[in-house]
Amino acid sequence: MIPAGFEYHRPGDIASAIGILQEHGDEARVIAGGHSLIPMMKLRMAEMGHLVDLQAIEELKGIEIGPDTVTLGAMVTQHELITHDGLSAAIPLMREAALQIADPQVRYVGTVGGNVANGDPGNDMPGLMQCLNATFELSGPDGNRSVAARDFYEAAYFTAREDEEILTRISIRVPGSGVGQAYEKQKRKIGDYATAAAAVMVGNGTASVAMTNLADTPIWSGEASNALAGGDVDGCVSAMLDAIEPVEDNRGPVEFKKHVASVMLRRAITRAQSRAG
Amino acid sequence: MNDQTLTPEERAANLKGMGCARKRVEDVRFTQGKGNYVDDIKLDGMLFGDFVRSPYAHARVVSVNKEAALALPGVIAVLTAEDLSPLGLHWMPTLAGDKQMVLADGKVLFQGQEVAFVVAEDRYIAADAVELVEVEYEELPVLTDPFEALKSDVVLREDLEGQTEGAHGPRKHHNHIFTWEQGDKDATEAVLAEADVVAEEMVYYHRTHPCPLETCGSVASMDKVTGKLTLYGTFQAPHAIRTVVSLISGLAEHNIRVISPDIGGGFGNKVGAYAGYVCSVVASIVTGKPVKWVEDRMENLMSTAFARDYWMQGKIAATKEGKITGLWCHTTADHGGFDACADPTKFPAGFMNICTGSYDIPTAYLAVDGVYTNKAPGGVAYRCSFRVTEAAYFIERMIEVLAIKLNMDAAELRRINFIKANQFPYQSALGWEYDSGDYHTAWDKALKAVDYDGLRADQAQRIEEFKAGKTRKLLGIGLTHFTEIVGAGPVKNCDILGLGMFDSCEIRIHPTGSAIARLGTISQGQGHATTFAQIIASEIGLPADDITLEEGDTDTAPYGLGTYGSRSTPVAGAATAMAARKIRAKAQMIAAYLLEVHDNDVEWDVDRFAVKGAPERFKTMKEIAFAAYNQAIPGLEPGLEAVSYYDPPNMTYPFGAYICVMEIDVDTGEWEVRQFYALDDCGTRINPMIIDGQVHGGVTEALAIAMGQEIAYDEMGNVKTGTLMDFFLPTAWETPNYITDYTVTPSPHHPIGAKGVGESPNVGGVPAFSNAVHDAFRPFGLVQSHMPHDHWRIWKIANGLGMHG
Ligand SMILES: Cc1cc2nc3c(=O)[nH]c(=O)nc-3n(C[C@H](O)[C@H](O)[C@H](O)COP(=O)(O)OP(=O)(O)OC[C@H]3O[C@@H](n4cnc5c(N)ncnc54)[C@H](O)[C@@H]3O)c2cc1C
Repeated sequence: MIPAGFEYHRPGDIASAIGILQEHGDEARVIAGGHSLIPMMKLRMAEMGHLVDLQAIEELKGIEIGPDTVTLGAMVTQHELITHDGLSAAIPLMREAALQIADPQVRYVGTVGGNVANGDPGNDMPGLMQCLNATFELSGPDGNRSVAARDFYEAAYFTAREDEEILTRISIRVPGSGVGQAYEKQKRKIGDYATAAAAVMVGNGTASVAMTNLADTPIWSGEASNALAGGDVDGCVSAMLDAIEPVEDNRGPVEFKKHVASVMLRRAITRAQSRAG
Repeated sequence: MNDQTLTPEERAANLKGMGCARKRVEDVRFTQGKGNYVDDIKLDGMLFGDFVRSPYAHARVVSVNKEAALALPGVIAVLTAEDLSPLGLHWMPTLAGDKQMVLADGKVLFQGQEVAFVVAEDRYIAADAVELVEVEYEELPVLTDPFEALKSDVVLREDLEGQTEGAHGPRKHHNHIFTWEQGDKDATEAVLAEADVVAEEMVYYHRTHPCPLETCGSVASMDKVTGKLTLYGTFQAPHAIRTVVSLISGLAEHNIRVISPDIGGGFGNKVGAYAGYVCSVVASIVTGKPVKWVEDRMENLMSTAFARDYWMQGKIAATKEGKITGLWCHTTADHGGFDACADPTKFPAGFMNICTGSYDIPTAYLAVDGVYTNKAPGGVAYRCSFRVTEAAYFIERMIEVLAIKLNMDAAELRRINFIKANQFPYQSALGWEYDSGDYHTAWDKALKAVDYDGLRADQAQRIEEFKAGKTRKLLGIGLTHFTEIVGAGPVKNCDILGLGMFDSCEIRIHPTGSAIARLGTISQGQGHATTFAQIIASEIGLPADDITLEEGDTDTAPYGLGTYGSRSTPVAGAATAMAARKIRAKAQMIAAYLLEVHDNDVEWDVDRFAVKGAPERFKTMKEIAFAAYNQAIPGLEPGLEAVSYYDPPNMTYPFGAYICVMEIDVDTGEWEVRQFYALDDCGTRINPMIIDGQVHGGVTEALAIAMGQEIAYDEMGNVKTGTLMDFFLPTAWETPNYITDYTVTPSPHHPIGAKGVGESPNVGGVPAFSNAVHDAFRPFGLVQSHMPHDHWRIWKIANGLGMHG
C-alpha cells in the first residue's frame, strides 16, 4: 500500500504542464484529485517517475453557465457539481448523478475531469457525458481539439486522448426545457461503483440513453435512444440490452447484471418521463 | 457535601457503580486523537519490516534471490526460512496444536503467505525492497473446496505426510486434520429413523474476516545490554503471547515484556500469533534495533485469521406436533493451509456443541471434520465465543427448515421447544450445563414488542399485493432465539496451549481512597476501564471516577488469558469482584477496630461500614483506606490491596431474542431493514449504555456478514475480496436503527451474576438477518439458500423461484 517513488511537479499553467509531459513521455502522468490514480499507485498497478499535479492551474477551474452551453473546467470537483446552483438549474442530471459517486470525502477532492479522463468503465461521469452529448476539449503539444464524449472511449483505460494531451474543459449543450432527466444507479453500498447505472433524457420528441459499468466502455445507444424518442420503452430497453456486454465479477453474474440493467433503465425512463414537460 | 445527609440511594448513585450508564472514560482520549496504538509507537533507531508474499495459492518455492533488494540503500536484511531455521523459528506452533510456517519453507499453501521479511530503515524503502526480491515459484494444483480436498491425491501438507495421528486424534486422509464427535450417534440415528418428521439441510456459514479497523502489527525491541525483549503488539492475549514467545524463542519469561497498547478492535483477529510478530522479534534480535511491522488492509484480509467457513449438514427430527426429538449434524470445516484455529485445546471445533441452542433436544450428535485447503489459516471466533455463531446459525436455520416441513409458524415452533425456566441448570444432550435462563419470558416480550401477529398480517397482505402485481417488494420476518456459551473457562476443561483459562484482577487502594486496578484482560473497545471500575465501585464503595484501570502490560498486570469469547466480564469481571471482596473483608476488620466493636458488629452500607443498629456510627471506605496505611492496627498488616485469580466453575449462557423485519426487492436483490429488535439477557447489567453500544456494534457486524461480507476465492485460490471495495463493511448509511431491550436472569455461579454481552449481537444477529431473507421467500417455496445474501444472490433466489417472468 505504498507507492513507488516519483518526482512531483506542480505547474501553474496548461502550457507548462504539457511541457513536462513532453519532456518525460510515458514516465509522466497528470494527477487531478488522485482518487483513482493514487489507489492504483499504492497497488503498484500504476508506476510513473513523474506526477504532474494540475491543482495550481487556474485555467482548469470554474463552471460557466451560458444561455445554451455549460462548460466545466476539468478540475471542477464532484462536490462543486453538487453544490453549484446554476448548474443544478441548467442540467439537474449532473447533480443527481454526482450525488451517486463515492462518498462526500471522495467528492471533495475527485474532479469531473479525472472522472471522465480516467477511462474506468466503473466511473459514472462518462456515461452521463455521453447521454448529454458533451464535448471534451483537449490541449496538447499540437494545440487544441475537441472530441465528442460519444467518441472518446475506446476500451477500459483507453481513450482518444493522447498521452501528452490534457483534458481542459467539458462543454455541454443545455437540454431544452421540457426534457426530463434521470440517473438511476444500483450499487452494493455507499462508495461503490455501479452494478448498473442508467442516464436518461427524454422529451420534446428526443431522447438519449447511456449506461455505466456494463461493458469495458460506457454504452450510449442510438437505437435505444431513438426507440425511446418514439415512445417505445420496451424497444429502448431491448436495444440497450443488446448493446451492453457485462462480465461476471463480485457484483454478480452476467444474467443478473443484464436484469438489473433493464430495471435501472426502466426506472430512469419512468422518472425522466415524469419530469418531461 | 455532608454525606450524612444523603440517602443510601444517593450515595450509591454517587459511586456510579453497577447499573449506571456511566460515560466511557476511554472516549476522552479516543475522541481527541490521543489514543496510542501500535503504529503510534516510535522508538529510537526503529527499523521497519515488510513481507514478500506469495501470489500463488499453492506452489513450490524454487528459489529466493535477495541480491537486488539487499543492494537497495537503506535495506538492512532480508530474512527467509533458511535464516530462521538455525533458530528453529521458521515454523511456529499454532493455537490448535498444529504448526505453521513463519516464512515459506519450500512451498506456499495460500495466496498472501509470507515468503521473506525485508528489514529497512523506513517503511518506504522496505516496500520498494519487497518488489526487488525475486522469488521463483513452481505452481502446484490448487484445492479450494474442502470436499474435493478430502478426495484429492494432491498432498497439501507434505510435512505431515505419513502422520496418521493429529493433535486431535486420527487423520483419515492426507488433507484431513481431525474428527471431533460429541453426543450419542447411535441413539440419534435411532431417533431419526423413528421420527414422525425429519428435516434435512446443508447449512453453509461462509468464510469471512473480523476486519478490525486497526490491522495487526508489532514493535519488537531487544535490548542487548539488559537482555530484555519488549514486544508491543496488537495482542488480545498479551500474557499468553509472553509465555508462547518464551517457549518458542528460548528467552526466559522474565526477560520478556509484552505490551498491548490501545487496540483498534480485535473481534478475534488478534488472538493468534502471526508471522509478523515472530519476524519482528527475530529481526530485532538480529539487528539489535527496534523493528516495527504493521500490515496493510489487504494483507490483513488475505493473510491474518479468517472466521467461519463451516459446511453444516443437519438433520432434525420431530413429532407431528413439532416437539423436537433429535438433532444430527455433520460439519466439514475448512481450516485453510494450517490449522490455526483459536480454540481451547480440548475443543478443536470450539463450542460448536452448543448447537442444540435454546431448545430441549433430548438426543443429539455432532461430528466435525477439519480439512486443509489452499486458503489462509485462522478460524477465529469473530465476535463470538469459539464457533458459537456457527452453532447458533445452524440451529436457527434448522428450526426454520423444520417449521417449513411441519407447516408451522416458526415462532410457535420455538416456543414449544424452549428449555423451560424450571429446567435450569439444564444438562444439554451435547454435554453442557446451561447455568440459567428464562426463554419463554424473553420470547413473549419480544413478540409482543414487535406486534408479531400484526407483522404476519402485514406480510400476508404484502403477498397478496405481490401476487396481484401491485408491488415487487416482499416482506421478511427473521426470528432468532439464541443461546451463547461464553466465559471460557473452567481450567479443568479449558486451556489454550496448556495455559489454563482463568483470569485475574489486582486492586490497590491508595491512602486517600482512590484506587488502581489491573487485569489480565485487554480492552479492544469494550470499555473495560469504564465497566470494571463500576464493579469495584459497587463492591467497595469508592467512586468509579476515582478508580484507574490498567491492562495489557505483562510487567505490571497479573497473569490472565486475555479478551475474546466474551470472557472478560464472566472471568476477569468475577476476579474483580472477588478481589474487591477481599479488600472489603479487610476493611471490615479495620472499621470494627476504629469503631471499637467486634468485626461482626459492623455491617456494609453502600460506601461504609456502620455499627449494626447504630447507623450514625460508621467509617467510610475513604476513612478506612487512610487508616489502613497510617494507623497501627493490631493483628493487621498495613496496606489495602488484593489480587484474585478466578477459575470459573462453569461457562455463562447469555441468550436473547432478535427479530428483523426486512423489505426485499425481487428484481434487484436490494434489501432494507425496516425494523430490528434485539432483546438481550446478559444477566446482571453493569452499564446499560455500554451494553447498547455493544449490541449496536455487534448487530452491525452481523448485518455485514449476513448481507454481503465474505472472503471469496476463485478456483485458482486468488482472494477476490481483498479490499474494502469488495469486502463489505457497513457505513452509517447501510446501518439501520436498532431497538434494544432486555430481561435479567443472573448467572447463579458468577459473583455478580453477569454473563457477558459483547458477542451476543453477532451470534443472534446473523440468523435474524438471514432468516428474514428466507422468510420473505418462504411463501414462494424457498427452503434454504446460502449467505451472504448480497444483491445477486437474493436475485438468484427470486430467479430460481420463477419471479422474473
Ligand atoms: C472509495 C472510492 C469510491 C469511488 N466511487 C466512485 C463511484 O461510485 N463513481 C465514480 O464515478 N467514481 C468513483 N470513484 C472515483 C472518483 O470519482 C475519482 O475521483 C475519479 O474517478 C477520478 O478523478 P480524480 O480527480 O480523482 O482523478 P485522478 O485520480 O487524479 O486521475 C485519474 C486518471 O485521469 C487522469 N487525469 C486526471 N485529470 C486529467 C486531465 N485533466 N487530463 C488528462 N488526464 C487526466 C490521470 O492521469 C489518471 O490517469 C471512487 C473513488 C474512491 C476512492
